[in-house]
Amino acid sequence: MKIAVCVKHVPEGSSKIDAASKRLDRSGEGALNRFDANAVEEALRLKGDGDSEVVVVSLGPPKAADSLRKALAMGADRAVLVSDDAAAGSDLVATSRLLGKALEREAADLVLFGQQASDSDGAVLWAAVAERLQRPVVSQAAELAVDGGTLRVKRQTEFGYDIIEAPLPAVVAVSDAINEPRYPSLKGIMGAKKKPFDTLSLQDVGVDAADAGEAGSRTTVIGLGEPPARGDARKIEGDGDAAQAIVDFLAEKRLI
Amino acid sequence: MSILVFVEHHGNELQKGSLGVLTKAASLGDADVAAVLVGAGVTALASEAGKFGAAKVFVADGDAFEPPLPQARVDVLAKVAQENGYDTILLANSVLAADIAAGLSARLDAGLNWDLVDITSDFTGKRPALQDSVYVDVGWTSTPRIALFRAGSFDAAATAGGEPEVVDVAAELSPHSQSAKVVGQELEESTGPSIEDADIIVAGGRGLGAPESFTLAEELARALGGAVGATRAVVDAGWYPYAAQIGQTGKVVSPKLYVALGISGAIQHKVGMQSSNVIVAINKDPNAPIFEFSDLGVVGDVHEVVPKLTELVKQRKSA
Repeated sequence: MKIAVCVKHVPEGSSKIDAASKRLDRSGEGALNRFDANAVEEALRLKGDGDSEVVVVSLGPPKAADSLRKALAMGADRAVLVSDDAAAGSDLVATSRLLGKALEREAADLVLFGQQASDSDGAVLWAAVAERLQRPVVSQAAELAVDGGTLRVKRQTEFGYDIIEAPLPAVVAVSDAINEPRYPSLKGIMGAKKKPFDTLSLQDVGVDAADAGEAGSRTTVIGLGEPPARGDARKIEGDGDAAQAIVDFLAEKRLI
Repeated sequence: MSILVFVEHHGNELQKGSLGVLTKAASLGDADVAAVLVGAGVTALASEAGKFGAAKVFVADGDAFEPPLPQARVDVLAKVAQENGYDTILLANSVLAADIAAGLSARLDAGLNWDLVDITSDFTGKRPALQDSVYVDVGWTSTPRIALFRAGSFDAAATAGGEPEVVDVAAELSPHSQSAKVVGQELEESTGPSIEDADIIVAGGRGLGAPESFTLAEELARALGGAVGATRAVVDAGWYPYAAQIGQTGKVVSPKLYVALGISGAIQHKVGMQSSNVIVAINKDPNAPIFEFSDLGVVGDVHEVVPKLTELVKQRKSA
């Protein structure tokens, strides 16, 4: 079985939006989106000692190679980075198109995603990619098993749990409750440097520049504004008076 | 200007969030507003959608739509939007609706803006970003536009509208839309007063330390006259039943008062309670994200602060 895991390189620490480009400032240090580590872990768990191949795929700036290396250090077999200046600023329409093309080349039996991107809070990409690939999709997977050519997923919704079966090839987004991602071992980190790593341009994946980046996007950022003030938010250190302070606050707000 | 609103149902009930979005759509000037209902035996729910502003309700009713899966719904929405030329498609966020919106975005090459909390009549969306520290104005460069709204963004308000025109939709399903099957379900129906309707909620997280400590939350809730909620982490750990789970998976609540005990405020939880009117958080970690969206944050040990607080509330109420 071949498993592709889509991962995102996200800014670390406190993020900010660049006022000129109105895009997230990605100039600082970055790291593997922590929700994607759950997807990498699940792929490695499904592989076990078997002969499945786990390939990690990312769309991002050249620095996104760091996050792919981390996934390789965890145990993934191969990495593919789609990186092209013309792809910067891609929205969901453009990103799903690009990732879809890159994934078509891989023809994986199973494509995994983490449950959201920690930078944009986006939690939708898998469904758009599944549509590009014309494959079934299941999100919020809390348990995942593959039996022959069939996928079995237990997933959590607002109303309880659904058990869903789908034929492979399929796309699954795993919940961060599905597992506890491993840390790369020293041996894994050393070994990652020797693993196959492909960097692809737009041309390599067969997408025109007009269909990528801002040109290929259908949404736009118009402006940035201040959030509405949350009243006068207060923070107090817990000492003997904390309980009284809460009661006073609730009384002031006419809640008791 | 014509707006299509996906109206989600569970059992025989239309979801409050969807009706809120429908209410908002109907308030956007002289737009032609229609609802889309997809499921098995949902035709009877169409007139209910009419009460919240839909002049027309497109209904795809059939056994194929019984399982709450997104892809067959993408087929229906794509057909309705294309054949009738709707330029805007609105959805209230849910596990199901998010997957429908994104699938539809790829199917129609239509821009999707998600996590919106508002939209204007000239279709500028408002999206909080970076832990809600920035409000971004977002737009679309082509039609159709797709917007996915954060839970609790709009109140549902019935209008004096009459019976809506009901249009049956016979959508042909794509092969990949029918291949996933729901083979089992464990639905947990809550007993007692629903936390979704409670004015006051006291919720507990992993910071309570042990399942027994949930009595702290229960006693404070009793003193305040509220209900008890829980985070996914403690429900997963078996400390509290799933029916009380608040978050992305779980209930979405917006009470007048939300008291968070030992809850860090992870995004999974935050999306379920951030539209509460007043949020009070007690957590011993001064850097817990919950303090960033609390009206009153108390850095302290729940085991010390909460018993005193419960006592003071009781005294005040009996005074």
